[in-house]
Amino acid sequence: MRGRRWTLSVAVGALLLATAGCGGGDDDPRPGADGSPGAVTGTVTVLAAASLTESFTRIGAAFEAANPGVTVTFSFAGSSQLAQQITAGAPADVFAAASPATMKTVTDAGDNAAEPQVFVRNQLVIAVAKGNPKGITGLADLTKPDTKVALCAEQVPCGAAAKTALDAAGTALTPVTLEQDVKQALSKVRLGEVDAALVYRTDARAAAADVDGIEFPESAGAVNDYPIVTLKQAPNSAGAAAFVAYVLGAEARAVLTEAGFQTP
Amino acid sequence: MPTSAKTAGTGPVARLRRGRTRRGSAGVPVALAVPALLGLGFLVLPLAGLLIRTPWTSLPQRLTAPGVLEALRLSLVTATAATLLCLLLGVPLAWLLARTTFPGRRLVRALVTVPLVLPPVVGGVALLLVFGRRGLIGGWLDETFGITLPFTTTGVVLAEAFVAMPFLVIAVEGALRGADARYEEAAATLGAGRWTAFRRVTLPLVAPGIAAGAVLCWARALGEFGATITFAGNFPGRTQTMPLAVYLALEQDLEAAIVLSLVLLVVSVAILASLRDRWITSP
Repeated sequence: MRGRRWTLSVAVGALLLATAGCGGGDDDPRPGADGSPGAVTGTVTVLAAASLTESFTRIGAAFEAANPGVTVTFSFAGSSQLAQQITAGAPADVFAAASPATMKTVTDAGDNAAEPQVFVRNQLVIAVAKGNPKGITGLADLTKPDTKVALCAEQVPCGAAAKTALDAAGTALTPVTLEQDVKQALSKVRLGEVDAALVYRTDARAAAADVDGIEFPESAGAVNDYPIVTLKQAPNSAGAAAFVAYVLGAEARAVLTEAGFQTP
Repeated sequence: MPTSAKTAGTGPVARLRRGRTRRGSAGVPVALAVPALLGLGFLVLPLAGLLIRTPWTSLPQRLTAPGVLEALRLSLVTATAATLLCLLLGVPLAWLLARTTFPGRRLVRALVTVPLVLPPVVGGVALLLVFGRRGLIGGWLDETFGITLPFTTTGVVLAEAFVAMPFLVIAVEGALRGADARYEEAAATLGAGRWTAFRRVTLPLVAPGIAAGAVLCWARALGEFGATITFAGNFPGRTQTMPLAVYLALEQDLEAAIVLSLVLLVVSVAILASLRDRWITSP
């Protein structure tokens, strides 16, 4: 009889355990409506690197204004995660990656509808809290024992670039955390949990209210090219082509330059 | 939740069982059988998919890769430490909820269960705001003792305990409510104080309930992802637990992610099986 009560509580517990969610999931992008050839209508689903969040959001709004009847939906995350989603068959129209290596994952799988085109380049800076309280001037300052540093994981482009820059400088740096994408690394600086993070110049600029970006010479050897491509399984291939053309055009260029991206 | 019914012949469970013996295994209506089988398939197929895609040939070398063992060791250590922390704090809390009356007890019970329904990432953010370097408590810890919790193994334990403790509290509270309070009253009439009665009578009485709660708590802690990655970050050997390793492996190497997932699946199933054998028995 007592055993039965435990059975109940354990069963309830097991149910709770089973329903306990786990974070970190990503919503699948919604497939767009089919656009009839030639006309740009419906939804264009764009998977873009986290570092493109601010500039692509603005470009998307401008693209919608220029093409009434079109909705652009974005999914911003680490490039390699997005590449995985595409090779797993996520129904997306456009992929914009933060490195040729992550784009290669998609092209190797044959998921691209056209040749990827590099549309911007980006360079690393050291993001520090506003006013630079630790007085960080270069990579060497990051190795001090009382300085906590966040890097991106090597699997994502900002982490690969950081490794290249650190290796070039001969700096042996032990970070406290390896974040999943560049925005996560930046948010650790914003929260004050770390003293510095290696992020893109554009990210530091987008967060200028909270962080300062410290330029360092070694970043010149670790410049990232950003390729963009239309996808083979695109539900809205006309919209995909139109969006990529728009990103390569003059209006988008102005937005990207203002965000701190370099022209390839 | 267990009912407060005192006799064996009433209560929903007994009624259910009587009904079952009356009806036996009569024909199952199609309207129930089809969705039931669909539901079962929905729950079992993904696990089967994991097994089907497992690279069995390269499994041994993948399992012994240094990163995998490191993550597994860290996961086991932190989940165990989190469970111990939950036992230390959770059992007294459950006793308080089950055996005492105080104003606002219902509110306290509701608060205890909040981490169950809170998205773990939100829990991680909340932990950062309290225990982070600029947090309410974390700031003071940092200034006074130079202790920082985020990005440390201690941080992982805290994140896991925060998410898993409600399981233990609910299970133990249920066991306490189900246990006969008259034994404790008898102990009190024989001169035992409340602490003695708790230690010598109540604890042995509800030990199976505590054990079951602890196992569930441990399993939940083992699978914790969101709060951990938000609060403790991701660093191999220090804060990179198995779920984090799975997530990162997905970025590069699907097979490695499958192998890591398989390890977690095996551990989880073993836990549930041990629970079944020991506590979920049909009387």
